[in-house]
Amino acid sequence: MMTDRALPVLTVLLAIFALWYAAAVWMNAKWVYDQASRAGTTVTLAEVIPQTMAQPRPLLPPPHQVATELWKGVAAQAVTSKRSLVYHGYVTFRGTMMGFALGIALGVGLAMAIVRFRVMELSVMPWAIISQTIPIVALAPMILTVSNQMGIDNREVPKAIISAYLSFFPVLVSMVKGLRSPDQMQLDLLSTYGASQGQTFWKLRLPASMPYFFASLKVAIAAALVGTIIGELPTGAIEGLGARMLIGSQFGEPLIMWAALFAAAILAGGLIVIVGLIERMARARMGAPA
Amino acid sequence: MIWLVGAVLVWLGAWALNVRLAASAFGRTRAGRLAVATLFGITLLVLWEGLVRGLAVSPIILPGPSVIGPKIAASLPTLWADFVQTVVKGALSGFAIGTAAAFVAAIAIDRSPFLQKGLLPIGNFVSALPIVGLAPVLVMWFGFDWHSKAAVVVVMVFFPLLVNMVAGLQATDPLHRDLMATYSASYPQRLMKLRLPAAMPFFFNGLKIAATLALIGAIVAEFFGSPIVGMGFRISTEVGRLGLDMVWATIAVAALSGSALYGLIALIESRVTFWHPSQRK
Repeated sequence: MMTDRALPVLTVLLAIFALWYAAAVWMNAKWVYDQASRAGTTVTLAEVIPQTMAQPRPLLPPPHQVATELWKGVAAQAVTSKRSLVYHGYVTFRGTMMGFALGIALGVGLAMAIVRFRVMELSVMPWAIISQTIPIVALAPMILTVSNQMGIDNREVPKAIISAYLSFFPVLVSMVKGLRSPDQMQLDLLSTYGASQGQTFWKLRLPASMPYFFASLKVAIAAALVGTIIGELPTGAIEGLGARMLIGSQFGEPLIMWAALFAAAILAGGLIVIVGLIERMARARMGAPA
Repeated sequence: MIWLVGAVLVWLGAWALNVRLAASAFGRTRAGRLAVATLFGITLLVLWEGLVRGLAVSPIILPGPSVIGPKIAASLPTLWADFVQTVVKGALSGFAIGTAAAFVAAIAIDRSPFLQKGLLPIGNFVSALPIVGLAPVLVMWFGFDWHSKAAVVVVMVFFPLLVNMVAGLQATDPLHRDLMATYSASYPQRLMKLRLPAAMPFFFNGLKIAATLALIGAIVAEFFGSPIVGMGFRISTEVGRLGLDMVWATIAVAALSGSALYGLIALIESRVTFWHPSQRK
């Protein structure tokens, strides 16, 4: 499985890198030509290409420049330094985890209520769907002002709220499906045992919903990270990967922006892998077929 | 105090009514379901108004619906200009380009098993990344006007749509494919008559995800620079001036556009994929 995929994936990755370098040359060349014409000299193509690879403010930094900047941000700083990407990544990670936990609690809680009470399903479910069509970013700056006014100085709280808002929905949808997944025969069996509502829930519905739960976690963690980064953007936040991107954009430092972007991508990848591992472990312990 | 008690009483009353409605035969009909949901929405607004008045919340923290409503009516021209700039020019044009690109790319990928194996894991991974982060880069490339917003939206909607569409094109039944082979159908015939229709439920799933992303992308991109019109611009400047009623008015427009876009896609979906089990009444 792994080996017959490795070659195509590597080929595509190589093609992406090749395209990226080509695009970097193409996009950054204008700057080189401008410099040359200002200096009154002409440059040949062979001279242009190396100069597109190492500009201080490239339009599109080539991969190795991003990698260098990323390495500088991760390894060449003390972890506590404000310039360390590890530090900013940790701030974003903390926000993501808070939002993720909040989102799971909210999603599972609502799903339990919806499966138990029909009135909850009819009244809450449509609004839960509508809530997701509201662009949360529109709420982000306001959640921040409001929590500031209310004397919550902690920047984590609004971030966590935004991130929970985005991540609760996949959990809710999957859990409703999962808690309803036991079929009539299984439910009938439990009612012949004279099981109470609570027992049916703990011994049948909840275990049956676990595969759905873990499947939704992967979507939810990605959503939580997006929410945290969005929460860091419009707010004048000074910490976190989203704030780094904003700083890079405002001070015209594309390298900072790109490094933060890739740090965020690496964080996302790591979180997804971890959630996948937890899922595998939980499924193995519950005796699910691999 | 009277407002607070009143709001809670209305809420309890409406909830009791909803419980009865949900249990009754009327609650099983389409109109009944709509009534219960609408009633719940209205009680939320009443509760909001009651809390704001009862607890004397400053309008700088949270204005009530009774303040926001007139504000919407009073600033319709501004809201309309913002709507055109952000939703029509930014989000919808980007949405259309991204959808078309993903559609074509998915059909191209589907023809090559090598590309499928190579691109799908990467596409899956990329669609889980915080692509919003590309917004500042794209604003730098395409300038402050709506072109950069459309570009952000294109990148954001492309990957979820691509992954869904490729999965959809593979969702045909072996029996159906065999039937097509016995008819000696050509590739375009198989594509038009079997694979594309079979892919439509997946495609619409992707469209629904992308519709929300499109609005988010267009608004976020405005935080990184915009002309003096647009929803993202309006929100960030009004928050700075503590004009929260205007912020809420813009949010209401955003929510309305998001829901309308979603509803429109759901409507088209029910027309196009009327044969799918999830659409049967």
